[in-house]
Amino acid sequence: MAMAIRVFLSFLLFLSLTNLASSLYEDQVGLMDWHQQYIGKVKHAVFHTQKTGRKRVLVSTEENVVASLDLRHGEIFWRHVLGTNDVVDGIDIALGKYVITLSSGGSILRAWNLPDGQMVWESSLQGSKASKSILNIPKNLKSDKDDLILVFGKGCLHAISSIDGEVLWKKDFAGESIEVSHIIQSPEVIYVAGFVGSSKFYVYELDAKSGELLKNNHIALPFRTSGESLYVPDDKFLVLDDARSKIVTININNGDINYNQKQISDLVKDSSGQAVILPSRLPGLSALKINSQVLLIKVTNEGELAVVDKIDNTAAFSNALSISEDQHVFAFVQYEDNKIHLSIKDVNDWSRDLLKENLVIDHQRGNIEKIFINNYVRTDRSHGFRALMVMEDHSLLLVQQGEIVWSREDGLASVVDVTTSELPVEKEGVSVAKVEQNLFEWLKGHVLKLKGTLMIASPEDKIAIQKLRLGSSEKSKMTRDHNGFRKLLIVLTRAGKVFALHTGDGHIVWSITLNTLRKSEDCEHPVGLNIYQWQVPHHHALDENPSILVIGRCGPSLSAPTALSFLDAYTGKELNSLSLAHTVARVIPLPYTDSTEQRLHLIIDFNKHAHLYPRTPEASEILKHEFSNIYWYSVEADNGVIRGHALKSNCIHEVVDEYCFVFRDLWSIVFPSESEKIIATVTRKSNEVVHTQAKVMTDHDVMYKYISKNILFVANAAPKASGDIGTATPEEALLVIYIIDTVTGRILHRMTHQGCQGPVHAVFSENWVVYHYFNLRAHRHEMSVIEVYDQSRADNKDIWKFLLGKHNLTSPISSYYRPEISAKSQSYFFTHSVKAIEVTSTAKGITSKQLLIGTIGDQVLAVDKRFLDPRRTLNPSQAEKEEGIIPLTDSLPIISQSYITHSLKVEGLRGIVTVPAKLESTSLVFAYGVDLFFTQIAPSRTYDSLTEDFNYALLLLTIVALVAALFITYVLSERKDLQEKWR
Amino acid sequence: MASSTKSLLLFLFIQFCFSLLPSSFAQSPTPGSSDGYTIYGRVKIPSYGTKEFSLPAKVSNVKVILNGGQRVSFLRPDGYFSFHNVPAGTHLIEVAAIGYFFSPVRVDVSARNPGKIQAALTENRRGLSEFVLEPLKEEQYYEIREPFSIMSIVKSPMGLMMGFMLIVVFLMPKLMENMDPEEMKRAQEEMRNQGVPSLASLLPGAARN
Repeated sequence: MAMAIRVFLSFLLFLSLTNLASSLYEDQVGLMDWHQQYIGKVKHAVFHTQKTGRKRVLVSTEENVVASLDLRHGEIFWRHVLGTNDVVDGIDIALGKYVITLSSGGSILRAWNLPDGQMVWESSLQGSKASKSILNIPKNLKSDKDDLILVFGKGCLHAISSIDGEVLWKKDFAGESIEVSHIIQSPEVIYVAGFVGSSKFYVYELDAKSGELLKNNHIALPFRTSGESLYVPDDKFLVLDDARSKIVTININNGDINYNQKQISDLVKDSSGQAVILPSRLPGLSALKINSQVLLIKVTNEGELAVVDKIDNTAAFSNALSISEDQHVFAFVQYEDNKIHLSIKDVNDWSRDLLKENLVIDHQRGNIEKIFINNYVRTDRSHGFRALMVMEDHSLLLVQQGEIVWSREDGLASVVDVTTSELPVEKEGVSVAKVEQNLFEWLKGHVLKLKGTLMIASPEDKIAIQKLRLGSSEKSKMTRDHNGFRKLLIVLTRAGKVFALHTGDGHIVWSITLNTLRKSEDCEHPVGLNIYQWQVPHHHALDENPSILVIGRCGPSLSAPTALSFLDAYTGKELNSLSLAHTVARVIPLPYTDSTEQRLHLIIDFNKHAHLYPRTPEASEILKHEFSNIYWYSVEADNGVIRGHALKSNCIHEVVDEYCFVFRDLWSIVFPSESEKIIATVTRKSNEVVHTQAKVMTDHDVMYKYISKNILFVANAAPKASGDIGTATPEEALLVIYIIDTVTGRILHRMTHQGCQGPVHAVFSENWVVYHYFNLRAHRHEMSVIEVYDQSRADNKDIWKFLLGKHNLTSPISSYYRPEISAKSQSYFFTHSVKAIEVTSTAKGITSKQLLIGTIGDQVLAVDKRFLDPRRTLNPSQAEKEEGIIPLTDSLPIISQSYITHSLKVEGLRGIVTVPAKLESTSLVFAYGVDLFFTQIAPSRTYDSLTEDFNYALLLLTIVALVAALFITYVLSERKDLQEKWR
Repeated sequence: MASSTKSLLLFLFIQFCFSLLPSSFAQSPTPGSSDGYTIYGRVKIPSYGTKEFSLPAKVSNVKVILNGGQRVSFLRPDGYFSFHNVPAGTHLIEVAAIGYFFSPVRVDVSARNPGKIQAALTENRRGLSEFVLEPLKEEQYYEIREPFSIMSIVKSPMGLMMGFMLIVVFLMPKLMENMDPEEMKRAQEEMRNQGVPSLASLLPGAARN
């Protein structure tokens, strides 16, 4: 029997050895994978709609993306994802051919070529202190050398040539302690204005050619101001006092500064509430927001203020757009009883609407947050307008003539958490005619494929073949398939919107903006935290739809109130939502479900209470039953403490709360803070399936994997070396690895890596952990593997013990018993920095595993687990080779065919998620960042199904040929027999 | 004549490159700020034969990454990149370019000796005298489809099946014919004596048990 198993295993091994890398042919791209490109929530937008060339809009986003979009369709022409610390402060166009971006707090200025996105030049701007950064590019730059880009950043004003990025002059304002808020450029002079303190307003006048200080003037206001100020052309500034009750106009006239003040209540009768200056740049006008009303105030030449208009229920204001020499227009959006009005008005001619349109926008997109406008000349020489709108869910819309021309779901660039859901089961009732037609189509397809294999296909045939393969309607069907490839990926985005994506082709099945995660008066900055499977109907609740739990919190502070939402996974309807009275520190999905297959969840709050959800008596009963079996741990990274907890009793407030529990600390591990700092913790996935505990060694020995769900990997670094690479020396760097049992708090294994530092990325699976870190001595990245084996079961191999019943295999496994553990470890060099590590997961856990490594180049590399096997040696024996042990090398090989993202990049990669398919050989992989990527991988090839390439036509042909041969030989032998008999 | 001008141009170009390179490697403590140095370098992607991708389109998507993502820089059209305000110490520079494999580079910025930086490839520990990064190899992300051949059909499971059938159908009777009837009888006898051959006895290593 053992022999047969061995033979079978070696056969499997032979199969898997034939290809170490799961690779792809070029014409298979797009068959099982899809890739979507996003940019994120737009911060700034600049239109480029010259008569010649393609019309485009240049945007910078909150994901630090600079991109050029096609104005007709919304596609990306080019895109650059800047570094995570390289926040874009401003974007503009210079010389009509360069896109200028200012980033990193006003210290890096880059110019990109407009058509193709090639970087043309880059300037580093030095300065001594952090300050507001301002990018100022004069309009209508003609291409002569004198054109300046003015940048204020890090307390300095820089004048930069737009042709080559050379810094022409620089003026340091760091010594003046001025908060510069405005830079005004005129051909000869440059005005720099800002506050010193809160009541002194300074204006500097500089020579535009040399940066020399011409004049320096200031005015001391007799009251404090709110700090925000607005420049109104013709040398005026609008300021509010700190009580926000007065508007102050500061006038600079040929070096003299004077001011006027006016009570807001004089302008409007019923002004209650805080006034805010809207930062829209409208020549001659200023917008003041009081509650939901916006006052448009005109500043006359004498410095007098007059209210031009009051606009109710406004949502967004655009900047002014000059459409001709003296005509400036701007747009605003109003909400009026469920209708959205977009109005465009002339700044100077207030009475006339240039445009007033009603818009129909899906209310799932939320409010309009930003609006950018652009004009075009119609055939009758009148002006038409298009508006680019940034919505509350981070999507981007282009509106023209009251219609949405295109939209981009850029909320998907900021995925926070991912879960999956099954699709509905297919219903009966497929018509016969359809099947017949399908059969014909099917045969035709396979004949085409056969032609393709035999290389007799014409180019048209080839196109038809490719189309057939890509356009297979099978994969985007809305029902469950036999292999479990079709699923819903349910993603929660930072905007608080939940999307369901189909794994077949990535289309959005449904999306919903959760009310609990929308910005409101009592919830200023809602954030989505996590998403869990709440109810997975399985056996006795198959009629019900599965549901999803979304957890969100108001604001980034941990004590902010939280809310739960329950969603139907098929339709995206919100089933229920709860605003919680308690906070959320951690959510623990328990391995128990009630009679309707709702999973029990414990929510731990900051006041050391655990709350049970769902709040039903049945759930409480189940929990009571398992009361003593629930353990969890908490990591306090700042204090260097890990604690283990267990439930104690119900909370007792006034009355006993059935669903609230207090818990006790079971154990705690305190790391010495002077030498160690927790930088990473990883535990096993709770839903991972392990096929067998036993592992057969080469010498017929059996090792037992130590498989426990309550096991935690902790990586600690020396405090000095816990920063980035390049900040520590090898002597002071140290990495300490612990493997901890989270029920007893026992440290199962401890290891140190001298001269190594973080960042540590790790993944825990079965009985092994793989982690990636940086070795300062070799100055290379390293990956290590630790495998943990249970020694106490090691002597269970003796057949006599089995027969006599002396083995301990049937003895219950308890987390309390202290197993003898042996750990094996090995380290290898790895070339790239890593952003994320995951491991493939399959339905039964039989298939061998692959590590999925998200590299710094935003690609995902699949590395066979056999390369990270502590039993690798330099010269493996013949038996070991047979078993598939690879000779030891000092570094892990990077086989370019095993990049599962092939020639694509998942820009801004943040995470990788793997989900098992129903087919044992296959694992579904979803990688997310600014882009989304999905594919199926088979770590040991698809040994349990025919590949996509399988040629049914060839099979048919063979069978026909065999049958024909049978007949011919039958006839031949008959004839021969007859001849024999005649003889 | 034409070829000689070409080679002259090439020579001039090389000269030009060399005149640029030393300056590209030297780095200066930036005036006005004392806390950092500037690393200048260049990424050079040789055009391998006649590839369908044109080079400039690729250069625009190359990123140079300092210290595992701390800072990201892009290439100028001529392949130059720079990192400003880099503190003294040992740093790591990686180049991310689709289609090419670059070795990470260890960069030592000396604090004692301003204006001195040293670079070495970490993959093969080769020192760089000039800070010019070249790909170690091109990366091929796709398997190449084998062109059609009769052998591939023969080797496929179906092909093997057909081949076996043919052998059985046409060769076996011939073999049987040639066999001596007595010998055949003896062989059959032998078989009967041995009994049914088990799977295990056919396998290697069975002798050990």
